[in-house]
Amino acid sequence: MLRDITIGQYYPSDSILHQLDPRVKLMGTLVYVLSLFFFRGVSGFLAVTLGLAVLIRLSGVPVGYMVKGLKAIAVILILTGMFNLLLTPGEPLISFGAVKITEEGIKSAAFMVVRLTYLVLGSSVLTLTTTPNRLTDGLEKALRPLNRIGVPVHEISMIMSIALRFIPILVEETDKIMKAQLARGADFESGNLIKRAKSMVPLLVPLFVSAFRRANDLALAMEARCYNGGMGRTKMKPLKYERRDGAAYLLLALYFAGIIALRIWLKF
Amino acid sequence: MSIILDKVDYVYNGGTAYEKRALNQVSLKIQDGEFIGIIGHTGSGKSTLIQHLNGLLLASSGGIYYNGRDIYEEDYDRKELRSKVGLVFQYPEHQLFEPTVFADVCFGPKNLGLSRKESELRAFSALRGVGLPEEYWYRSPFELSGGQKRRAAIAGVLAMKPEVLILDEPTAGLDPLGRDEILNQIASMHRELNMTILLVSHSMEDVAEYVNRIIVMNQGSILLDGAPKEVFRYRQELEAAGLSVPQVTELMQELRDRGIPVSPEVTTLKEAKEAVLQAFSKHRQA
Ligand SMILES: Nc1ncnc2c1ncn2[C@@H]1O[C@H](COP(=O)(O)OP(=O)(O)O)[C@@H](O)[C@H]1O
Ligand SMILES: [Mg+2]
Repeated sequence: MLRDITIGQYYPSDSILHQLDPRVKLMGTLVYVLSLFFFRGVSGFLAVTLGLAVLIRLSGVPVGYMVKGLKAIAVILILTGMFNLLLTPGEPLISFGAVKITEEGIKSAAFMVVRLTYLVLGSSVLTLTTTPNRLTDGLEKALRPLNRIGVPVHEISMIMSIALRFIPILVEETDKIMKAQLARGADFESGNLIKRAKSMVPLLVPLFVSAFRRANDLALAMEARCYNGGMGRTKMKPLKYERRDGAAYLLLALYFAGIIALRIWLKF
Repeated sequence: MSIILDKVDYVYNGGTAYEKRALNQVSLKIQDGEFIGIIGHTGSGKSTLIQHLNGLLLASSGGIYYNGRDIYEEDYDRKELRSKVGLVFQYPEHQLFEPTVFADVCFGPKNLGLSRKESELRAFSALRGVGLPEEYWYRSPFELSGGQKRRAAIAGVLAMKPEVLILDEPTAGLDPLGRDEILNQIASMHRELNMTILLVSHSMEDVAEYVNRIIVMNQGSILLDGAPKEVFRYRQELEAAGLSVPQVTELMQELRDRGIPVSPEVTTLKEAKEAVLQAFSKHRQA
């Protein structure tokens, strides 16, 4: 049940996307997200759909596995859809008393749900195809210029990669504690809202205790190995661009130009 | 009264790159009142196996029968099963959450729907049963030592009065003294309460002295199953599975290989002492 949480997780494979330099993938994610906000109309929609399909295909991650990740945001998707459907002003198509559904409502609901779904699917490709280590390296290097204006780039990337690394650990821990409490007769599923909220206590208390314990252990382990931030630190495997990375940048630029062109010239 | 496993398979994360077959055609029968040691190298599937016995994990294929009833039947009450087959997880102290030890031990009985009074009575006798001194009962679990926390957590499962008690590596991370104390306590629970007990461990040393049956797991299958003396005859097979026979047994087998007539079927220090003395007296007579 809990193991369905795939956001931020790495999926091992040796697809072309896995081999790309993490900086390319970071840029790609940025471009992709921007394109989701730029596209207009059916033609734009088809273009981003094509882009997403190609991305997923190239990633070598099973589609089912990716779609499972959507479960975690199902509630958000449904709420967004409902709000847009019911609260968008315009000419009512159907109305039951105070509730009216407008054409604009249907359009904007569909648009928002698609946009959110694509956002999650597309950005999960980044983490699914990049190990936390490479992601940190990529981020650190891509953001390096900010160092000059005093942004602690190394620390930020380190925090991010630790957070990513902790997701599966905490999921696993939750699963374990949940099972242990189930074995003591706990019930997480039945009862009204208040009862269910209360039933979370035996899960959350040990989870927080364990998170703090782990954080503490990690800090100690890092200190024991003389970790003192990014100053003067060298890499065993420094990032280097290959030819395929150049090609990928080129494709990205073409994709983005295409989306903008569609927005300007094609209006359907 | 018995637990029967019929060709149980279990696969983690089926259909993904992380697919892992953790149990492979496991069949076994556990009788009432047995004291069983489940031994295996880390990753051999011990923890996976025991989570099937109380229905926390559902077999990918195969069947499990508790007291003659199929636990996978539609109308079988698996919540009740979990109270009959008590499972103490590895590092159980990580699940403590109430402000006091006593309140934490009451959690299980309360979930069974027992009255407050009955829950407290059970907590009382469970804490007695694990031998935790009364002065610790009303403290926060986080103030206790590792071994004390472990006892408190075991009491939390005992308080549900299970018919079968399963303990997953109850000695992991304890010092030798704490380890002996816990094992002795478990052995005495078996003797006095006549409970069926399954003790999971990756160390032969832990279980050899106490149990009357050993099940050896290797790569998700049962490698050996029998009385300790029978199992320890297969020293090579055990070593191939990453396990060792108890040190005394190894010593006796080495002695025998060098022509000293001691019994190789020795599993405890006491038996070893007798075997050596016997060999000596024979030597003197000759
Ligand atoms: N939650 C899980 N998800 C995926 N694989 C698991 C999980 N738990 C255990 N495994 C795998 O199943 C196998 C058996 O594990 P386990 O039953 O924990 O062994 P043991 O308790 O004997 O050390 C191991 O290879 C382990 O990596
Ligand atoms: Mg285990």
